[in-house]
Amino acid sequence: MLRTLLSEDFPRSRALTAVVLLIVLGLVLAPFVFPGIRSLNTAATICIFIVLVASYDLLLGYTGIVSFAHTMFFGIGAYGVALSLKAFPASWGAVALGAGAGLVLAMGLALVIGLFALRVQAIFFAMVTLAVASAFLILASQLSGLTGGEDGLTYRVPRELSPALKLVSAKVMDVRLDGRIVSYYLIFGSALVLVLGLLRVVNSPFGRVLQAIRENEFRAEAIGYRTAFYRTAATCLSAGAAALAGVLMALWTKYTGPDTTLSLSIMIDILLMVVIGGMGTIYGAVVGATLFVLAKNYLQVLMASAAETTAGVPLLNELVSPDRWLLWLGILFVLSVYFFPTGIVGRLRGRA
Amino acid sequence: MTATEPPVLRTEELTIRFGGHVAVDRVSCAFDRGTLTAIVGPNGAGKTTYFNLISGQLRSTAGKVVLFGQDITGLTAPRRTRAGIGRAFQLTNLFPNLSVLENVRIAVQARHDTGLDIWSLATRRRELIELAEHHLARTGLLDKMDSVAAELPHGDQRKLEVAVLLALESEVLMFDEPTAGMSVDEVPVVLDLIHQIKADTAKTVLLVEHKMDVVRSLADRIIVLHNGALVADGAPEAVIASDVVQQAYLGTSSASGDGHG
Ligand SMILES: Nc1ncnc2c1ncn2[C@@H]1O[C@H](COP(=O)(O)OP(=O)(O)OP(=O)(O)O)[C@@H](O)[C@H]1O
Ligand SMILES: [Mg+2]
Repeated sequence: MLRTLLSEDFPRSRALTAVVLLIVLGLVLAPFVFPGIRSLNTAATICIFIVLVASYDLLLGYTGIVSFAHTMFFGIGAYGVALSLKAFPASWGAVALGAGAGLVLAMGLALVIGLFALRVQAIFFAMVTLAVASAFLILASQLSGLTGGEDGLTYRVPRELSPALKLVSAKVMDVRLDGRIVSYYLIFGSALVLVLGLLRVVNSPFGRVLQAIRENEFRAEAIGYRTAFYRTAATCLSAGAAALAGVLMALWTKYTGPDTTLSLSIMIDILLMVVIGGMGTIYGAVVGATLFVLAKNYLQVLMASAAETTAGVPLLNELVSPDRWLLWLGILFVLSVYFFPTGIVGRLRGRA
Repeated sequence: MTATEPPVLRTEELTIRFGGHVAVDRVSCAFDRGTLTAIVGPNGAGKTTYFNLISGQLRSTAGKVVLFGQDITGLTAPRRTRAGIGRAFQLTNLFPNLSVLENVRIAVQARHDTGLDIWSLATRRRELIELAEHHLARTGLLDKMDSVAAELPHGDQRKLEVAVLLALESEVLMFDEPTAGMSVDEVPVVLDLIHQIKADTAKTVLLVEHKMDVVRSLADRIIVLHNGALVADGAPEAVIASDVVQQAYLGTSSASGDGHG
């Protein structure tokens, strides 16, 4: 059962098993163990980014394709739901319509980009994706009549997901069981299914072809694989999963704007997460996304308290001031990439 | 195996130019089922380039490649492989970070057209794995199947190159100096295997090989390339004895480093 669920692709290291279990347990119990809006928000963000990063890993880690259009597909999924919920009364039908439209558009666009650009050299493909993603970002910001421009869109979600819904009147472990909790578990459950699905894909015969292409495209062709076709298929699948992550994001935040879905700084975050976690492992996405989101959300808090305790020490105090959090994040990443060139997962599996 | 059976593979006036340099020059040649043809010639004669034109890694400037009577000149490399032309490379060309087993399994999978299966588990397709193990056993690599390809010693990498080719179960098998750089005791393993393939399965084998004793013992026929052109073609003893080979090939064979028998 577990073998099948994990597609026989186990963490293959005690330490990694422990880390992954800890993350999954933490996410399952998050609403009860870490109560509060802020921590629930962090947990949901982690779930969504795990899917987003895992789908990028399919492309970068498994197939060896560098793309900068991943946030575009993420955004398409999110905007699909946002526009649909804006246009129609908040219902599951509207969510399904928006999600379906986003999914189809994302995969269709990936197909077009793949067909036109995957035949050329990798560097050109990367450039094309960057250009298309930038154009899309500008388009979304300019078409303010439709997309709300820079301000984005706010909308209502189906009643079952809104705080107004009360499952039971009593509190469980001091937590009120409202639509927020339902919403969280919907996101957690969807993320779990999507990540296990991606794990299945990379361990299928198809996934093995992708790895062969990454390893030696020339030889993959020579043994009979039409690599352009496989690369395009990988791009479409990855885009579809990213769009679904966008759908989850839209449902969770009830707001969709260029900064939260399309921006290229999210693209850089995704790249960092996949590299820090360990490329070509899927588990790397789980570990990388969790650590990154936690660091991003709590480093500032941590530094604020450090700044307080070192209030008397002149230079040190300056260094740990919360304004410097980006600097420290950067240093952490440089160090982790330097010491774990194969990512945290590679390190834990002992092949670093 | 009658003489009237049409050739499996044929090239007609096959030519490629790199700028002004004609690397393969109007080579016309036919290869029959169940025969092993050795292709010899000095370094830079165009042997590997001729292979590249047949298997589709390079596009010819002029001429045709015909397989089973069908013109395949316009087909890409993967489609030629699917049509039945298999190829092992002169410079080892593997999936370096994948296991030995996976290198062969991925080729088996290509042969059995399961690459599009996105939902079953590669580890549970026993029939494919067993075939891969069979090819590893034939090449003597079974006990190393879990090693990473890049970490194998050179000789074993050459054998793996052959195992990958076997896994394709092609009608035409092309070996480009399969024993180059192998230690003396490893060479017979690979040569026996090539001999077996030809004898047992009536495949069409093309072999580029510098070692004359090998060529003499294995080949049914030798063709000689020189400056891209086919300059001799015939039974091994006759070709080796001919003037053109004495001058064009054996005269420079010491430069190839492999010597001759
Ligand atoms: N892609 C290419 N571009 C330009 N020139 C090439 C290319 N491929 C081969 N050549 C040239 O074609 C000629 C034939 O090379 P080829 O590799 O076919 O020789 P070969 O007979 O296999 O030699 P060797 O015994 O050294 O393997 C050489 O002069 C080589 O420099
Ligand atoms: Mg050569």
